[in-house]
Amino acid sequence: MAEVWQRIFDFSDYGELLGLVHNSLLAGAALGLVGGLVSWFVMMRDLPFAVHGISELSFAGASGALLLGANVVAGSLVGSLLAAAVIGGLGSRARDRNSIIGVLMPFGLGLGVLFLSLYQGRSANKFGLLTGQIVAIDDPQLAWLLATGAVVVVALLVMWRPLAFASTDPELAAARGVPVALLSPLFMLVLGLAVAISIQVIGALLVLSVICTPAAAAMRVTSSPRLVPLLSMGFGVVSVVGGILLALGSDVPISPYVTTISFLIYLVCRAIGPRVTAARVGAGRLRASRLPAR
Amino acid sequence: MSAVLELRDAALGYDGRVLWSGLDLDVEPGEFVAVLGANGSGKTSLLRAVLGLQPLTSGTLRVGGRPARRGDRAIGYVPQQRRLEPTTPMRAKDVVRQGLDGHRWGIGRPGRVGWDQVARALEAVEATSYADVPVGVLSGGEQQRVRIAQALVADPSLLLCDEPLLSLDLASQRTVTTLVDRRRREHGSGVLFVTHEINPVLPYVDRVLYLAGGRFSVGTVEEVLTSGTLSDLYDAPIEVVRTGGRILVAGIPDTPDNAHHHEHHHDHRGQVQEAAHG
Ligand SMILES: Nc1ncnc2c1ncn2[C@@H]1O[C@H](COP(=O)(O)OP(=O)(O)O)[C@@H](O)[C@H]1O
Ligand SMILES: [Mg+2]
Repeated sequence: MAEVWQRIFDFSDYGELLGLVHNSLLAGAALGLVGGLVSWFVMMRDLPFAVHGISELSFAGASGALLLGANVVAGSLVGSLLAAAVIGGLGSRARDRNSIIGVLMPFGLGLGVLFLSLYQGRSANKFGLLTGQIVAIDDPQLAWLLATGAVVVVALLVMWRPLAFASTDPELAAARGVPVALLSPLFMLVLGLAVAISIQVIGALLVLSVICTPAAAAMRVTSSPRLVPLLSMGFGVVSVVGGILLALGSDVPISPYVTTISFLIYLVCRAIGPRVTAARVGAGRLRASRLPAR
Repeated sequence: MSAVLELRDAALGYDGRVLWSGLDLDVEPGEFVAVLGANGSGKTSLLRAVLGLQPLTSGTLRVGGRPARRGDRAIGYVPQQRRLEPTTPMRAKDVVRQGLDGHRWGIGRPGRVGWDQVARALEAVEATSYADVPVGVLSGGEQQRVRIAQALVADPSLLLCDEPLLSLDLASQRTVTTLVDRRRREHGSGVLFVTHEINPVLPYVDRVLYLAGGRFSVGTVEEVLTSGTLSDLYDAPIEVVRTGGRILVAGIPDTPDNAHHHEHHHDHRGQVQEAAHG
């Protein structure tokens, strides 16, 4: 028992290890920010299933690149963008979209598994693409990840208001001149980029814990369209960076730590959410009733 | 003053099927025009044409003297809609704010100006008390007020409402109609109000546009809602009865479109009899 425990938490030589994962920590922080931001729109547009679908094709792309000895980040970007283009291009209605994703997902996973079984290199690399890796991020890869993250953030900031409008009331947004039909596939591509980053850090299987859970948690405690994304980014960073720091003292992959922290945050938000909402509803109405009648 | 909306010999249809044609209509500033007609008669399509979302098959359409175009700031629009999701991550004031600058690129600069306008719009529909409340937890009537504030916040000269009374209780129906009436009186906005019940808007309407079976009739309530006009329009015997300030219509034939769209009947069980279209 003690032995198992030590495999999960072991903090001897921690300082030395920290130096080795410098790159992962940076990538993790970036992923937390990007994932937290994207997940707000994922929740508003009801796209968690699409995130999962894209991540399996991204995994196929990454393992293909590993097999060919090419840049793994580039490989996962190609997989992500292909999946995003197919889903965004063919599935504008929710029902179409979900069936397309349902078809793509096992295909991507199968392809990825095939590439990995053909790959002769280090087996840690293989497993990492599915469940996350700590030390595998070298400098050029980190540069790729940060650049991709910057593209995602800038694209989201530019699309911010029209995308939110199109997500909450597409009909009115279209009447107001928002290019609703264009924003939908555009957002898919941005989402594809965000997923590709996640694959490198927490692996293909658990992407949703970074690109869904943070905003789902934040939406439980506030309805402010400014506060939700900010909280969500905070939750994302805490989950990923916290997960990496904990995983450091163990030989367990990082994703269990990330998903556990992320899930705990969600549970706490869910527990206190109804009270926060009730207080706000009450305060809002009460304050108004004290105003002089107009 | 010139008309806020002008339709000349306008026709609209999809894939060769004509919804209505030969439509001439001027909506003057401050005028309240009710649009009546069975489901599928093309009421929503008319609004979409005015919004520039759907081109006319023929004829012309001008809004404030200019051809219809998407995103026209002169138009306020309340789309037909069901209730919002309880978890919609927005407060009432955020919904209204979207009507002001939701279409603009970027995240927007922080500042008071926009929020002052939002506060005034919420005050005009007497919704100040729930400005900070998540929209999802508001009642249907409260949500409808918020959506009217959203349509009015950019100060439109033409207001389009698509069945805004649907699934509201009588008190909320009255609130919505008086708010719209006050708007056009105080600000001179023209109003195109789609409804399938004439009675809630009877005290306010200046004119009625009745769409039926590819044809239409425009005029005052007295001119259009008569047994003669409706029987002509539907090509079937229709009985219109006025009693106690209400109008009851009986004998509207079941068109194929009606047979497919029964949801309105269920929403308004018990009121079917008194609806202009049953
Ligand atoms: N974009 C479209 N393409 C094809 N047919 C349409 C389209 N929009 C509406 N229709 C059809 O046009 C008819 C009128 O629709 P609509 O304007 O929504 O009627 P109403 O609002 O009066 O119920 C319906 O039969 C509908 O199916
Ligand atoms: Mg309609």
